Amino acid sequence: MKLSKNFTNPLAANNPVIVQILGICSALAVTVKLEPAFVMGLSVIFVTAFSNLIMSLMRNGVPSRIRIIVQLVVIATLVIVVDQFLRAYMYDVSKQLSVYVGLIITNCIVMGRVEAFALGNKPWDSFVDGVANGIGYALILVIVAFFRELFGSGTLFGFDVLSRFGYVNNSLMLFPPMALIIVGVIIWIHRSINKDLQEK
Amino acid sequence: MLNLFINSMLIENMVFAFFFGMCSYIAVSKSVKTALGLGAAVTFVMVMTVPLNYLLNQYVLAPNALAEGVDLSFLSFILFIAVIAAFVQLVEMIVEKFSPSLYNQLGIFLPLIAVNCAIMGGSLFMQQMVGTEINNVGDSIVYGLGSGIGWWLAIVMMAAIREKIEYSHVPAALKGPGIAFIITGLMGIAFMIFSGIQL
Repeated sequence: MKLSKNFTNPLAANNPVIVQILGICSALAVTVKLEPAFVMGLSVIFVTAFSNLIMSLMRNGVPSRIRIIVQLVVIATLVIVVDQFLRAYMYDVSKQLSVYVGLIITNCIVMGRVEAFALGNKPWDSFVDGVANGIGYALILVIVAFFRELFGSGTLFGFDVLSRFGYVNNSLMLFPPMALIIVGVIIWIHRSINKDLQEK
Repeated sequence: MLNLFINSMLIENMVFAFFFGMCSYIAVSKSVKTALGLGAAVTFVMVMTVPLNYLLNQYVLAPNALAEGVDLSFLSFILFIAVIAAFVQLVEMIVEKFSPSLYNQLGIFLPLIAVNCAIMGGSLFMQQMVGTEINNVGDSIVYGLGSGIGWWLAIVMMAAIREKIEYSHVPAALKGPGIAFIITGLMGIAFMIFSGIQL
C-alpha cells in the first residue's frame, strides 16, 4: 500500500518538476523534439533509480560529512555509463542532447531524492521512489516536447502531422523562451486543479 | 575576447538561452538582496572553476594530453564535478574563517552552488568550445566571467520583477513559480534581440 503511494505520488500530486521546481535546468533544453526528450527522460529514470538504490545500500557506511562528495561520485559514474551508452548506440540523439547528458549530474532531482529519501529508507523503497520521480520528470518533458514539436515543426517523433492540414510552422515554439512559457502554463493548469498547492 | 564576453553574457545567456541554474534561479529570486549575494557567489565560483577545468582538460583529459595514445575524455564529467565540489568546499571554509558575517549571509547558498547547473554547464560548454572560441586560459577566464555575470544579471532582474509582482493581482493558481516561468520566458524573448551582435 505504502509502496504504491510512493510510486504514484511523484507522478502528479508531488511532481518533481512542476511542484517542487527541481531539475528544470536540463528539462527544457531537450524538448524541441520528442525523440531527445524521450531519451533524456529514460536516462534520468535510470540515474535516479540506481543512484537511489546505491546510496540507500551504502547509507549506513557513509559519514554524513562527506556524503555530498560520495553522492556526486556515484551519480557522475552512472551518468558516464549513460553517456557512453548513448554515444555507442544512439549517436544522433547523443549529439542533440550534447552537454545536457552531463548535466544530469547537477540535476537537482537526482541529488534531492538521494538526500530526501534514499538516505533514510530501505533499498527497494528507494529504488521505487527513484523510478517514480524519474517518470514524473520524463512526463513533463514529453508533454512540453509534444507541444513544441507539434506546433513548431508540425511533426510528432519526426512523422508529418500538421502540415497536411495547411498548418504553417510557428518557429517561435522552437526558441528557448517558449519552453518556459509552456511549463508556466502547465503549472497554472496543475495548480488550478490541485488547489492546496496554490500560494497565498 | 570582447566578443566572447558579450556573447556569453547577453546573447547566449545561461538562463535565457540554455536554462542553466533554473532551480536556484526560481527558488532564490524572491528578494533582490539574496539574489545579489547568490549571483556574486556563482560568478566568483565560475571565474575560478572554468579556467581550472580548462587546464585540466588541456593537460589531462584531452586525447594525447597525458601520454601518447591515451584519451581520458570520458572521465571529464567526474573530474569537472570533483573540481567544482572541492572548490566550493574550499571557498566555504575560507569565507567561514576570514569573514563570518559574509558566511552567515551566503551560508545557505554556498553548498547549493556545487549543484548549480550553470557552473557545470559553463565547464562543459567551455570543453566544447576549445579550439574555436576558447584558445587559452585568458579566454576561459573571460568566458567564465561573462557567463557568471549573465546569470547574475538574470537573477537580479527576476528578483526585482518578483518584488513588484507582490502587489499585483496574479491569478491564484499562477502565483509563485507559474508566473516566474512565464516572466522568464518573456524576458528570454526580449533577450533574443541581442542575437547576431558581433564586435
